[in-house]
Amino acid sequence: MNNILNEIGIENYIFLSTILFCIGVFGVLYRRNAIIVFMSIEIMLNAVNLLFVAFSTYHQDAQGQIFVFFSMAVAAAEVAVGLAILVSIFRNLGSIDINNLKNLKG
Amino acid sequence: MNTLIAIIGLGVLCLLFEIFDLRKAIIPITIIGLLAILGLDISEFNSPATYYNNMIIVSKFSTAFSGLFIILTIFLVALSHKFYEHHQTKISDFIAIKVFLLAGTVAMVSFGNLAMFFLGIEVLSIALYILAASNRLSIKSNEAGLKYFLMGSFASGIILFGICLIYGAMGSFDVIEISELSQSAELPVWFPIGIVLVTIGMFFKIAAVPFHFWAPDVYEGSPTLTTALMSTLAKVVAIATLFKLLTIMNANISPSFQIVIVIISMASMTVGNIMALRQVNVKRILAFSGISHAGFMLMTLLNTTNAAGTLLYYTSAYSLAGIAAFSVIIYVCKNNENEDMANFHGLGKTNPLLAAILTASLLSMAGIPIFAGFFAKLFLFNNMLQAGFIALVIVAVINSIISVGYYFKLIMAMYTKEPNEERTGTPVVIYAVAVIAIVLNIALGLFPSYVLDLLA
Repeated sequence: MNNILNEIGIENYIFLSTILFCIGVFGVLYRRNAIIVFMSIEIMLNAVNLLFVAFSTYHQDAQGQIFVFFSMAVAAAEVAVGLAILVSIFRNLGSIDINNLKNLKG
Repeated sequence: MNTLIAIIGLGVLCLLFEIFDLRKAIIPITIIGLLAILGLDISEFNSPATYYNNMIIVSKFSTAFSGLFIILTIFLVALSHKFYEHHQTKISDFIAIKVFLLAGTVAMVSFGNLAMFFLGIEVLSIALYILAASNRLSIKSNEAGLKYFLMGSFASGIILFGICLIYGAMGSFDVIEISELSQSAELPVWFPIGIVLVTIGMFFKIAAVPFHFWAPDVYEGSPTLTTALMSTLAKVVAIATLFKLLTIMNANISPSFQIVIVIISMASMTVGNIMALRQVNVKRILAFSGISHAGFMLMTLLNTTNAAGTLLYYTSAYSLAGIAAFSVIIYVCKNNENEDMANFHGLGKTNPLLAAILTASLLSMAGIPIFAGFFAKLFLFNNMLQAGFIALVIVAVINSIISVGYYFKLIMAMYTKEPNEERTGTPVVIYAVAVIAIVLNIALGLFPSYVLDLLA
């Protein structure tokens, strides 16, 4: 396992994760459908999980992989709350387009 | 450590009370429990220790801030009874979420491992998302909840990426190891990038300019009690955690990083104050005032070696004034659709005591003597002058003067305009909370050394 990592190089893992993370960031910033925004946030978090595992192998240290479990559990809890909020918005508005949310301005 | 376990136990107990149908007893018992936990926290003050392989570090810093958070939570729980009058069946959920949120805050200031830091910040954030959207029939509350959720999880992602890069550079999550390794000369470039990303994520949580745009909308839309929680507890926790994080991460902060903090601090103060001048909604005014106070609190990050006491003093003064102000807002606006300044017209005639309390808390935030806010600013500016940031202090003083403008606009509305509605009822609990908070604030102003020297 470590040999493969040495051959590919840790930098490439960092670049891949950074690209995935940026895809997630731009998804959050540019997409207007709330579900797709949630998916983009998941991409951000999973890009980081990938990097955690890569670093964990790089350092020959299991802590990074344990952390991935924590971050997965947290992401699941977060999305559960987010979807609950989305359901109550859908009940009130009948749509999940975040452009319709313009009640708060000043 | 025992504080954290006791808080989580109390949260579970709150949920159990609902099963045994003891809803009426929840608030008194939670307050008594939190007072007992406060005692436990104080008893840990002089016995620093580490627990569970350095997962949790109990130090003077963490116990002092935990004490402040517990006091704020006691006030917020006490206000809950009146605020959730029409949701009595769900009262145990609201209280339990607040208590779990407190557990997250305590984990955040006493972390000894970045995993604990991340879990603490997520427990705090997820509880706040629920509270922000808790008025589910109101579209405003839903919108505030979604906006806060999107911004919060975006910020969490950035923080997580930062933690990952720090781990990649150091090979460990343990802050003691990281702090020792960060002294060495040869560090991968990922380490400073990681610190910057974590700092940016925390700036989102603190609502410092340019990461502040969510704050006014979320503060306006959320239920008033949640706004009180966000602007006092959540802000103070985030700034205290960032302070601890930067103390650990780079014992010798690089000059370019200092310049960034100076600029963000100046921008937060100026933008917050200038935007607040043209608001009519009281919650929005306090949101922008919170942004400018975040700028003041960020100043302490420039002098991490000996500004901990000043930070504790400033945050206590600010959050106690915030609690007093919000308890008055909860009373005045409980039957109104919005929180516009027109609702406060003539409060000085219809309810002089509450008007006086609101005036006192606004004066404290503006920094007028005898209130703690003035001394907090005095000690902060003094500290910064000693550290050699004269330009920053000049901007801060100018901003203190600007801020008087919008605080007095509200005070004038209370005393000079005619009342346009009858205000009935004597909410004893709101009186009690507001009076105790403002008395604590004044006491803090009269005897500053008790808090200021706590962390020396």
